[in-house]
Amino acid sequence: MKIKVYINDQWRTFDVEPSEYLLDTLRRYDYLSVRRGCDTTSCGVCTVLLDGKPVPSCSVLAVSVDNKAVTTVEGIKKEAEKISHYFGLEGADQCGFCNPALALTVYAMKQEFDNLSDHEIREYLIGNLCRCSGYIAQEKAVRKYLEDKS
Amino acid sequence: MKAVNVLTPSIDGKGLMMGKKGYTDDLAEKDSLIIKVLRSPYPFARIKKIDVFKALELVGVETIITHHDVPRVPFTRAGQGYPEPSPHDKFVLDEYVRYIGDEVCVVAAISEAICDEAIKLIEVEYEVLKPILDFEEALDNPNIIHPEAKIHEMFPIGFAPKRNLAASYKMEVGDVESTLKKADVVVKDTFYTQAQAHTMLEPHTVNARIDYQNRLIIYSSTQTPFHVRRIISQALGIPLAEIRVIKPRVGGGFGGKQAIHGEMFCALVTYRTGKPSKIVFSRTEVFEATYSRHPMKIEMAIGAMNDGRITAIDCHVLSDTGAYGEHALTVFMVTGSKVLPLYNKVDAVRFSGEVVYTNHTPAGAFRGYGAIQGNFALESIIDILARKLKFDPIKLRELNMMKEKETSPIFAIMGEGTEGTAMTMDTCKLDFCVKRGKELIGWERKYPRYDETPTSIKAVGMAIAMQGSGIPYIDMGAATIKLNDGGFFNLLVGATEIGQGSDTILTQIAAEELEVTVDKVIVYSSDTDLTPFDVGAYASSTTFVSGNAVLDAARKLKQKMVQEAARILECTSKDILYDGENFTNTTNNKLISLVDFANEITYSREQKQLSETGSYVGHKSPPPFMAGFVDLEIDKETFNIKILDYVSVVDCGTTINPKLAQGQVEGAIVQGLGMALWEEVKYSSSGKLISNSLLNYQIPTRLDINNLTTEFAESYEESGPFGAKSVGEVGIDTPPAAVANAVFNAIGIRITSLPITPEKIFRASQERKNTHEQE
Ligand code: FES
Ligand code: FES
Repeated sequence: MKIKVYINDQWRTFDVEPSEYLLDTLRRYDYLSVRRGCDTTSCGVCTVLLDGKPVPSCSVLAVSVDNKAVTTVEGIKKEAEKISHYFGLEGADQCGFCNPALALTVYAMKQEFDNLSDHEIREYLIGNLCRCSGYIAQEKAVRKYLEDKS
Repeated sequence: MKAVNVLTPSIDGKGLMMGKKGYTDDLAEKDSLIIKVLRSPYPFARIKKIDVFKALELVGVETIITHHDVPRVPFTRAGQGYPEPSPHDKFVLDEYVRYIGDEVCVVAAISEAICDEAIKLIEVEYEVLKPILDFEEALDNPNIIHPEAKIHEMFPIGFAPKRNLAASYKMEVGDVESTLKKADVVVKDTFYTQAQAHTMLEPHTVNARIDYQNRLIIYSSTQTPFHVRRIISQALGIPLAEIRVIKPRVGGGFGGKQAIHGEMFCALVTYRTGKPSKIVFSRTEVFEATYSRHPMKIEMAIGAMNDGRITAIDCHVLSDTGAYGEHALTVFMVTGSKVLPLYNKVDAVRFSGEVVYTNHTPAGAFRGYGAIQGNFALESIIDILARKLKFDPIKLRELNMMKEKETSPIFAIMGEGTEGTAMTMDTCKLDFCVKRGKELIGWERKYPRYDETPTSIKAVGMAIAMQGSGIPYIDMGAATIKLNDGGFFNLLVGATEIGQGSDTILTQIAAEELEVTVDKVIVYSSDTDLTPFDVGAYASSTTFVSGNAVLDAARKLKQKMVQEAARILECTSKDILYDGENFTNTTNNKLISLVDFANEITYSREQKQLSETGSYVGHKSPPPFMAGFVDLEIDKETFNIKILDYVSVVDCGTTINPKLAQGQVEGAIVQGLGMALWEEVKYSSSGKLISNSLLNYQIPTRLDINNLTTEFAESYEESGPFGAKSVGEVGIDTPPAAVANAVFNAIGIRITSLPITPEKIFRASQERKNTHEQE
């Protein structure tokens, strides 16, 4: 069946199976920044923004996003570049597999909240696992991005 | 320095953050056949009959491959150099299945759904055999896990499959028994370490196609593309020259992608059908059917004199390699060779043990392999000894530990399979690391415990560690650099970027030697057709071994450029001054810029391609050293442990890229904390993996890590590129012992098995209460 999705500021039509998850649809249509890391909705590398809120696309049925807005990292280019700048300064880049999803979540957090404590930031980002970085360098970079009001 | 040891963001960080495609699955052909594996439901069984007829009839099924359809050539998936120190005890597919998850047959179809349906239609009759699920019962058990003919060792590694023995070894320096007898104090204890799962976030992924030259092109998320090419060729009988292995961006490895997993099946399907194929492991498969860390039982005895001098160490290891002996010997050897030399002033030291087969998921390489297990045992028993001697544990270490310009006889005796290599420590800033770590953690104020409240208590603990920088005379890396018109360079390296930042630091090394900025060097890594050889990303070899290869290539190219510039400027090479921008004839101050030089050499007069290849094999393996200090808080009722801070002070020589080196240390520290506290591969009593998803196997989350403090000692290793040693693994070693020591410092309970869970502490506290009551 066909669904219409407002993806990265553009309407697109996707042909989907009723039982298909959004993650598989997106990858099939070459949104390859959205990735699979688990089968249990535990890792967060499949995160997209659905009407601005981060969701794991591996557990969202494609049909359910008909007429909704989906954002992948390509849709927040400018902000992702800023986040990347601070990641570079902190040496927070490693394998990068978790990065686009983390960037989306961090961006959504900045949209939604001001003045979060370290603990609140961690709680917000807890669904975005990273096996490489040890987290602290990432969090320093995130903090700098949140403080960047440009 | 211009490019080395200065802040340099990862050269690929931005592109990856922006979601550019580049990981293996992003590069699969759209019309790839999907490959799925039917896996064994039994820990040990013989396939009596396998009927694929019905499944083959299913529309969309391309092929099904069983053990009847593959050459019966034993090999090892370990992903090591040739000849491998691992037994050749694996067949592409076999009539025996040896763990739950072992491969029964391979299905290729046009969709995942059809694969799944086909798998349901395959009828397999098994003769279920009695498994061995307790590694302490494996040796000389009447059930033999590898009874088959043809399997063999490549050279003596103590392989005795009839005894369920994958490898064994023994060495002794001095006379341990009599030295222990003469010691004033002897302590003995037995330590257990669990299996740990790598849990890199990108699952094992491979795809293949036949190109227009009729060659087999494989993309794989591997740490060892050159070994993959060789091993596929050997096991499947495909000529080496027909195979090209490309390693795209890899989403984490940690040793888990050193081995061959999906490659064999993709190669097989595509080679036989001529069609592109792909396999992406599910997370369950990654847990059940790749590798985890070798669980070990380590018996330690240590003797010392009353003045604190450690005189003898005796270490016996029993290691569980699971169903296949991949890395059986090498991991176990490291438990001695990269641990025991820490205390090099002993009169006698012995290391021995057995690596046994069981019907568990095989064990393989995992960051810090062998060392983290051994370190937990040794650095725990050092604290136990200190208490018995009434010695400060840090003083005891300072008195006995390795110092600069010293050596240990173990280096010459123990290698990873063959003999080792004698070496003295040209750099060892362990004394600084300990001193500085003490300051950073606030040891004087906090040791042994502090800030006690009715409900909680805080404490500190520490451990020291060493690792290596590649394997001498075995690990080789190579690099080619060529100059382009426009005055920039291509750097082609066999070294394998897997997220650790090797592309960035190798670029920095080349740029530094060529005296240009990093953006003038374009790196391309790990493609068996295009880049020179490299063993791959393992054994902490990249910075030291591959880095030295890059340096060698850059030096040679610079020399050649200077020669050519001398010709153009009509002087001798000696008269040329090169500063990265210009070549100057110092006799007359005539100059030519690098850009003009490069254009001239490409387009006019004596045109030629300037390019050089360098390669390097280590003659020693300078160990990085570190001291790790944990600051933690224990809840007195629940025994929950909260990590407040982890201080690492590391001597890895020059940090080529200080921030990325810090990332290597911190990522490893957190994985080590996972091993110390939370992570555990668990099986049911019938041999089924319980921890087969991210719900049942928990890696550290953001909330588990409060703070990490990481510093580097000033250190310059002459034999390394710009003074560098490697740093990929050393960080993982100290957390288990440091945490165990801190728990003891907090509440006087010594936990000798990993992970250190609240349940174990609770049980130990109950036992202690009971013995107190009996007394
Ligand atoms: S793929 Fe892991 S949470 Fe979606
Ligand atoms: S950088 Fe590898 S998982 Fe986060």
